[in-house]
Amino acid sequence: MDDDPRADRTLKPAALALYDITKRFGAFTALESVSLLIDSGRITALLGENGAGKTTLMRIAFGMIQPDAGSIVIEGQQTRFNSPADAIAAGIGMVHQQFSLIPAMTVAENVALGGKGRFSFDETASLLRDVADRTGLSIDPRARVADLGSAERQKLEIIRTIAHDAHVMILDEPTAVLTPRDTVELFKQLRTFAASGGAVVLITHKLRDALEHADDVSVLRRGRLALSTSMSEVNEASLVNAMLGDTPHVVTSKESKPAGSTVIASLDKARLRDRTSGRTMNVSLQIRSGEIVGIAALNGAAIPLLRMLAARSQTSTGSATLPARIGFVPENRHDEALIDDFSLVENLALADAGKIDGLISWSTIERETRTVISQFDVRTPDPNTSPAKLSGGNQQRFVLGRELRNSPDLLVLENPTQGLDVNASAFVHEQIRHARTNGAAVVFYSSDLDELADLSDRVIVVSGETLIEVGPDRDAIGRALLGAQPVDER
Amino acid sequence: MNAELALAGDALVRATPLIIAGLAVAFAFRGGVFNIGAEGQLLVGAIAATAVTLSSGEMLGRLAVVLAIIAGAIAGAAWAWIAAELKRRFHVLEIISTIMLNFIAIHLVSFLVRGPLQEPTRIYPQTETFIRSARLPVLVPGTRLHMGFALAIVLAIGLAWAFKRTAFGFRVRATGASPSAAKVAGLIDTEKTSLIVFLVSGALAGIAGSVEVSGVTFALYENLSPGYGYTAIAVALIAGLNPVGIIASGIFFGILETGASALQREFAIPSSLASVVEATLIIAALTIAAVRGRHTLIQPVKS
Repeated sequence: MDDDPRADRTLKPAALALYDITKRFGAFTALESVSLLIDSGRITALLGENGAGKTTLMRIAFGMIQPDAGSIVIEGQQTRFNSPADAIAAGIGMVHQQFSLIPAMTVAENVALGGKGRFSFDETASLLRDVADRTGLSIDPRARVADLGSAERQKLEIIRTIAHDAHVMILDEPTAVLTPRDTVELFKQLRTFAASGGAVVLITHKLRDALEHADDVSVLRRGRLALSTSMSEVNEASLVNAMLGDTPHVVTSKESKPAGSTVIASLDKARLRDRTSGRTMNVSLQIRSGEIVGIAALNGAAIPLLRMLAARSQTSTGSATLPARIGFVPENRHDEALIDDFSLVENLALADAGKIDGLISWSTIERETRTVISQFDVRTPDPNTSPAKLSGGNQQRFVLGRELRNSPDLLVLENPTQGLDVNASAFVHEQIRHARTNGAAVVFYSSDLDELADLSDRVIVVSGETLIEVGPDRDAIGRALLGAQPVDER
Repeated sequence: MNAELALAGDALVRATPLIIAGLAVAFAFRGGVFNIGAEGQLLVGAIAATAVTLSSGEMLGRLAVVLAIIAGAIAGAAWAWIAAELKRRFHVLEIISTIMLNFIAIHLVSFLVRGPLQEPTRIYPQTETFIRSARLPVLVPGTRLHMGFALAIVLAIGLAWAFKRTAFGFRVRATGASPSAAKVAGLIDTEKTSLIVFLVSGALAGIAGSVEVSGVTFALYENLSPGYGYTAIAVALIAGLNPVGIIASGIFFGILETGASALQREFAIPSSLASVVEATLIIAALTIAAVRGRHTLIQPVKS
């Protein structure tokens, strides 16, 4: 392969090499003979739609699951991981999507966690100083994790990984919980780590992050390697092509129409209380029929507002005037939207469970469920299946269908496309627009600024203790969000 | 009448409190309440039934049995309410509080049968015996099998129906399966549902106690229950918390325990063998449930 731009890698063994990895779950082949080389000093992006096999591949690299075939080679030496402990010992580190830190403990204690012997604050602090000297990443070892923001926590995860002597760092969707500003900071940290000789693997949905910050890119499509090259060889279009293959890319077109005159929901000096931070704010707001209102906020600051609009919480002062029929799609499908132990039919009945009395007519509900399944194209063997057996996209289709089946006057959604692939996201967008066409008012929160700009008629930014209204423009939203953060002078 | 029939009757008599208390446990567990206190609720139910029967049995005639059972239900619910209130106000785990309340109930019985409720001669640590008209009628002549068994069957079928067909039963199941989804997606008042689950579960266990005094012992005394409330947990779990299944598992345990006593009498085989068999079955049932991953109590952590 003389024309491979990275042919000279044979001079130096890859930091992590996976050869011909195959993994099957029952009849389903998650990975089919996938090979991947991760070089030191570089950031490698691993892209792919949901279910393409990214996470499975990285779980194999981290020893969480074992491949059916193939081999793992580290710095030229063939190895076998029976558990994450083996992988950590071999210098592989993983920064998880959900942070694995203990909030009640200090930074030093969290770093020492998983080590051996007795805990010594001084030793851990000096370990952290070493890391800071080597990579420039520093953190106060005495700080309590509970007092750190999500960006700081992620930084701590990265520092901890380095402190445990990782040469290869795997990050699973690291920017999902970060603001644009913190994202820039994260990539600076990753670059520093790479410059000190480390290798970074970045699992992401966000093409933009990959294009801007990665040196190499590999794309998985339905369990096979679709592309593996240096980032300079590709552009956005070719990456999308590699990710989606022959499936046509669903283009969502921007259409806007004036809002109706009917006020569907209004808050008048309603008091919102954030349970995690304990902060309160008083909010006045009107939502009209036939409009899509996007909500932008940092780190879940929009949740109290959305919960109040969805009639899931009450205000202690002021007033909230809400319609009787409200559809609500919470962000956390597993905990708040669906019950895994129940069938789809029972999950449909759940929506009315608080209102109804007397007997339940299961035949009626089963008919309704079938209607939702066919209208919202939920791929399921039958209505008595558990939602746990469906993919994330199909679960979300079902939840949307359930919440929209009675044409509610107000639809409230929290990050409705998070973790969904391109097609499922497009479907959600289509349904949101369709609800607006039918005269419903839609309020949705998204952590994706592009999505907010694309879909909304107007955008409300939760900024500190006030609400700022901006037009559906990415830069304007981004600026309003950044303005919400005190400028760090350091 | 022949001895086999009497023995079969005894097995069903033994199964009766196990079935009713098993329903109490299953109802609580399905509703997300870990009521380990069926034993204590059963005992206070027995106390209340005894008190009602002894104080007004002669006056009320046949009606006394009905009132005794109602009193038992109310007392059991009240006993469970203490745990519910401790949980609501001070976040005391019901697993702890209901066990503690069991001990209080056991000692309450000891106190009462040596004090206020002791029989008039003041010799035996037990109450007076119920008059004939205040006892549960016998179901099959020649056995001790009483109407309480029929009540257990009716309660089991009623509970199964309530879970399957009523909105209330559905709310209980949803609250038990996922309190957060019940609240957010279902707009269910989970606190209220949880309180009702405590009360209904306690009431069922209380009925088990009143049925035992009105149908079998006809008096209150110490060691009235050989741990019915604890065995009921096993009965409920082996039935997979399914009310109709609890009829079968309750009868099975009834046969096992009655048979063990007979074996000891006839062949000097220690009756503790039955306990070994019971415990082995519980471990087997829990393991099967864990492997299938469908048990609410011991659901494996999802990765």
